[in-house]
Amino acid sequence: MKDKIRHAWKLLRRRPASLVGFGLIAFFFAVAAAAPLIAPPEKNSRDAYLIPQDGYSPDPVRPSAKHLFGTTEQQYDLYYGMVWGTRTAFRVAVVVVASSLTVGILIGGAAGFYGGWVDELMMRFTDIVLAFPDLILAVVIVTVTKPSLSNVMLSVAAVSWPSYARLLRGDVLSIKERDFVSAARALGASDFRILSRHIIPNCIYPLLVVASLSMGRIVITAAALSFLGLGAPVGYADWGQLISLSRNWLLGSNGNPFEYWHTVFIPGFAIFFFVLGWNLLGDAVRDILDPRQK
Amino acid sequence: MTRFILKRLAFLPLVMLAVTMLLFAILQFLTPEMRAALYVKDPRQLASVEQIIDKYGLRDPVYMQWGRWVVQVAHGDLGYSETAKMPVADAIRAFFPATLELSILSFIPILILGVAFGTLSAVYKDKWLDQLTRLVAITGYSLPSFVLGLLLLMIFYGQFHIFPPGRYSLDVDLLVHSDAFRHYTGLLSLDCLLNGEFNAYLDVTKHLILPAATLIYIDLALLLRITRSSMLEELGKDYIRTAKAKGVPGPVIVRKHALKNALIPVVTLSSLIFITLLGGVVITETVFDFPGIGRWGVVAAQQLDIAGVLGSTLLASGLFVVANLVSDILYAVVDPRIRVN
Repeated sequence: MKDKIRHAWKLLRRRPASLVGFGLIAFFFAVAAAAPLIAPPEKNSRDAYLIPQDGYSPDPVRPSAKHLFGTTEQQYDLYYGMVWGTRTAFRVAVVVVASSLTVGILIGGAAGFYGGWVDELMMRFTDIVLAFPDLILAVVIVTVTKPSLSNVMLSVAAVSWPSYARLLRGDVLSIKERDFVSAARALGASDFRILSRHIIPNCIYPLLVVASLSMGRIVITAAALSFLGLGAPVGYADWGQLISLSRNWLLGSNGNPFEYWHTVFIPGFAIFFFVLGWNLLGDAVRDILDPRQK
Repeated sequence: MTRFILKRLAFLPLVMLAVTMLLFAILQFLTPEMRAALYVKDPRQLASVEQIIDKYGLRDPVYMQWGRWVVQVAHGDLGYSETAKMPVADAIRAFFPATLELSILSFIPILILGVAFGTLSAVYKDKWLDQLTRLVAITGYSLPSFVLGLLLLMIFYGQFHIFPPGRYSLDVDLLVHSDAFRHYTGLLSLDCLLNGEFNAYLDVTKHLILPAATLIYIDLALLLRITRSSMLEELGKDYIRTAKAKGVPGPVIVRKHALKNALIPVVTLSSLIFITLLGGVVITETVFDFPGIGRWGVVAAQQLDIAGVLGSTLLASGLFVVANLVSDILYAVVDPRIRVN
């Protein structure tokens, strides 16, 4: 284990891009962890994720000492929203990747392992979901189940599992023919034991690589749904929604087109750097887990 | 070859049927009353919700409702899209050319820049050109289209007033809907030229530039990455070393030997990119208020305009099947070692 970590560290150091990715995600993680300290919620707030409002005027206000990042539409404090939104971003990314991986493993694993009609049925279903334009499918699912953050996660997971399932099925097909699987079967191991102890552990690495590479995509898709107004209710700390609040203020005020620049720039670049961090880290994970690199 | 194509095309209606079936199944999460509400256009109708449910058979099992829709489509009636305020077939005819125009205008630069810089990046591995290309690729891959779109609008529309959102300005709107204007191709910029309306052509092109730039920057990333890695793999192979040893000049090796082989995965990917563009780019079209298939589809999905969702989804899923077929065929065309069957 210690060797593995040392090896990973050596590879990380060789590639400055990976270090940048690691640094970005570490930074966001620190912000998310320290949220109650660096942006303490108001004493009487019932939910820390609800952004405090300073008055009710619709026009955003530029950054000041009182509001570090300024306020966005309806006087929501942008700094508070950004800090707590980091937690939302992590939650969405982790929940969606974990749940779509689980579904992908179950469907792809069963299809590859059992073959025959099970395989046929599951893979044709996978094909159909893939043929669906994924954002439209996600929007339909959220609309039908009522717009909310958890339904955004559900719908993004519902459109992201097929690629995992396909990948895993292919690997399971090749692993299940190997001798150690026959040996386990000869010893009387159950299907579940063979699948969970012998087959899946042997084909999990490529899946983890793809999962870490798809983290960024998933964050973008979820934010896009929030942008369309299908995510959490207005005022909830969520970056995608803060961006959609900025849409009315793009053109600035008369004579000063950049009057409200902060409403677009700040949440926009937060999403960008968060996704960039995951993408760079994903490349690093691929290099570390890819045995050909050793 | 012909048999292979026909066999795959036979799948097309099957996939489309399955996709719509799935959509009907998802809609069953709504109660019959909620689905009936979609037919209500006047508050006075609310009293007769039960009749609406009976009339449209909203309590029937899902396969019966779906079956009725399939029969209706088989009679050539795709239904009426509430969000587009026109029949679905007309909506597709109205929105698809806009998306097609935007797709062509974005795809050509993506292909040229992607292949050119992907190749150069591999040839000059780890030099500044390669670093720059990789920077463009990773940032493009990480930038959400709505963030880039809003930033571009802020700068080029808010500040400089040169590239407005939408598809054309008001005076061009009057022009293209006048009787004198002939729609030769459906591609508005081309039609303007064919009608001899140069100012209208400029106006339409101006409206296309920002959404196209957004799509180019974001989709270019994929093609750059694939071209670069495929080219690097080719350049490391034995036959390249042999060619070098025999004294073939570097540029010739790159163009005549490596590039031809390296382009095989690029061809597949680029056909997929093009079809994804054609299926409608939901977010980019929404940000720029561009009336294409993607914006229509997502508005229909948000307002549960079922006929609209079914129509746009049918188009997109059909294109998806065709794209896969085309990429398989292209695969065999560029690589004679692969046989289609």
